[in-house]
Amino acid sequence: MKEFQSSKLLKKIMADHFLDMDRAAKEGNPKIAWCTSVGPAELLRGMGFLVYFPENHGAMLGATRMATDFIPSTNALGYSPDICSYLTCDIGSYLKKTTPLQKAYGIQSVPKPDVLVYNTNQCRDVKDWFSWYARELKVPLIGVHSFRNIGTITQYEIQDIAEQIKGLIPTLEAVSGRKFDMDRFKETVRLSRDCSRLWRATLETAAAVPSPWTFFDATIHMAPAVVARGTQEAVDYYQTLIPELKQRIADGVAAVDGERHRLYWEGMPIWGKLRPLSELLASLKTCVVASTYCNSWIFDQLDPDEPFESMGRAYTELFIVRDEAYKERYIESCHQLFKFDGILFHDAKTCPNNSNNRYGMPERLAKKLGLSTLTINGDLCDLRCYSEEQAKTQIEAFIEQLEER
Amino acid sequence: MIYAGVDVGSSTTKVVLMGQEKNLLGWSVQRSGTDFAAVAEACLKQALRQAGLAVNPKEIKTISTGYGRKNVGYTDGDKTEISCHARGCYYYFPEAITIIDIGGQDNKVIQLDEKGRRINFKMNRKCAAGTGAFLEEMALRLNIPLEDLNDLARQSREAVELGSFCTVFTATEVLEKIRHGKKVADIVKGLFLSVIKRVLEMDLLSEHVVITGGVVAYNPYLKVILEEHLHRPVWVPRYPQLTGAIGAALFARETFTNK
Ligand code: SF4
Repeated sequence: MKEFQSSKLLKKIMADHFLDMDRAAKEGNPKIAWCTSVGPAELLRGMGFLVYFPENHGAMLGATRMATDFIPSTNALGYSPDICSYLTCDIGSYLKKTTPLQKAYGIQSVPKPDVLVYNTNQCRDVKDWFSWYARELKVPLIGVHSFRNIGTITQYEIQDIAEQIKGLIPTLEAVSGRKFDMDRFKETVRLSRDCSRLWRATLETAAAVPSPWTFFDATIHMAPAVVARGTQEAVDYYQTLIPELKQRIADGVAAVDGERHRLYWEGMPIWGKLRPLSELLASLKTCVVASTYCNSWIFDQLDPDEPFESMGRAYTELFIVRDEAYKERYIESCHQLFKFDGILFHDAKTCPNNSNNRYGMPERLAKKLGLSTLTINGDLCDLRCYSEEQAKTQIEAFIEQLEER
Repeated sequence: MIYAGVDVGSSTTKVVLMGQEKNLLGWSVQRSGTDFAAVAEACLKQALRQAGLAVNPKEIKTISTGYGRKNVGYTDGDKTEISCHARGCYYYFPEAITIIDIGGQDNKVIQLDEKGRRINFKMNRKCAAGTGAFLEEMALRLNIPLEDLNDLARQSREAVELGSFCTVFTATEVLEKIRHGKKVADIVKGLFLSVIKRVLEMDLLSEHVVITGGVVAYNPYLKVILEEHLHRPVWVPRYPQLTGAIGAALFARETFTNK
């Protein structure tokens, strides 16, 4: 991977994020809310909470390959090896009192929550995950129950979700001891929208041929859009990164030297194998230019003038919440923009919710878009479900196939 | 110039030597064991001996394939076994075909168009079901030599039904069949059927189906069962176990002729 200048700033934002939270956890102020990755973060931040995302911790456990050591302890509690490995590795890390935050930031333990807030828009696992902590730490658990697998979204669904988000306020006021402040909330929504717009623009630089960056770069640089959306820092970050990407385009600098093939990544990243996969694909002169995963943190429907409704819309219109027909149209539109010649589906053993190969989509898209698809078996965090050798052979064979076309 | 294809598979290593006219000069098969490089070397020597050739290995142009393709010291390049099996099969059957390769550790279904270009391929999920490893494990459980499976299956009048995906679950099912006094031959045919079922689940098959790989070389009755299922003839290349190595040799010839 070619380094970005902006990476220094990224490291600082992430360090500040965790160190501030560690301090707050120790001092009891500000209060800390745990939030699911596509949960109502704007409301929490707008009400003065620091927001911690357990899924981000799950990804860190995956990337540091610590996850596979922790998952079995949670399995032993009765949480199946077939359910979300973010859940199992994160709870396992809590049980073992070991976290990658220790080495990365000198933080002894994950910041304790004052409230747990979920949205089931992505899956039920997040609620089960937070419920475990609610019982363990005796912390209030609240959340939004979303509609799933929807094609057309109507005002009915939007209104329902908006009301559910409003319904969180009394508990949040009680936990924080502060009154809800509409102006502050609106400002957070605005910042989150600005961050989303910039994140979209950042991702869309990969439409350039050759692409200035890869999906693997994006999985790292997406962190502020995930954990710091709704803050000025996140907005500033992408304002720094975008010019760097544009400069690469202007200078003809390719993320993958001699780019010959462009792929789309569908499904979860395999966190513990980002580097070997990125190196393998680079050696095959192949750039993964776009992914549903990184696109999933674009919430540019957000509108400070209609904060609740627009949040309802943003968190319901998400890819993961939608039906197959919508998902196919979505990938088709990405194909037009990013001009990829193949799609790599990752069938993540423990995340059926975000494995989109399972209902015939690769076959339908291959036919419709006239391109090749490949499905590899793996997992987001549980490396017991991944055969590196087999995946390597499949990817090499896939690129050989693209060469024959 | 002589061309070699080396297929270092999970259980056996195959080398074929090919002349300019795509004629097979010699070949050899040995167990892959734990030292891929040494076995690939030994296989080459044996193939040269079999061909009665006294050539300096440096004058041979080689493409390697299979799991151990990167471990062959004398190779001039490598290709995945998916490409090599495809090339090897298309050489024998130059039309639009579906190739089923049953290997020691994985199965592949490969679709080729009439020009021999690959349209799609699938590999089995991470599980021994339907592979050579599955049959090996079951032969061990039944305490019968691997090489007897084929004849036993042929003798069966009524295969037993085995329902599970998983090798361990199948072993339990087999125990249950033994307890119920089922004939060994019928159990073995049930195992063969299970292999074929696993393959048929992987992908749709086009009109012309070619079946290949070491497992079929030693258990040709699998082809018959597949034909019974498909109600049409299934083709087997002349040397089913060598198809990958032949494909690799053809790639070597294509890559290094006049170079
Ligand atoms: S969407 Fe998948 S990875 Fe994310 S929390 Fe749910 S099950 Fe886990």
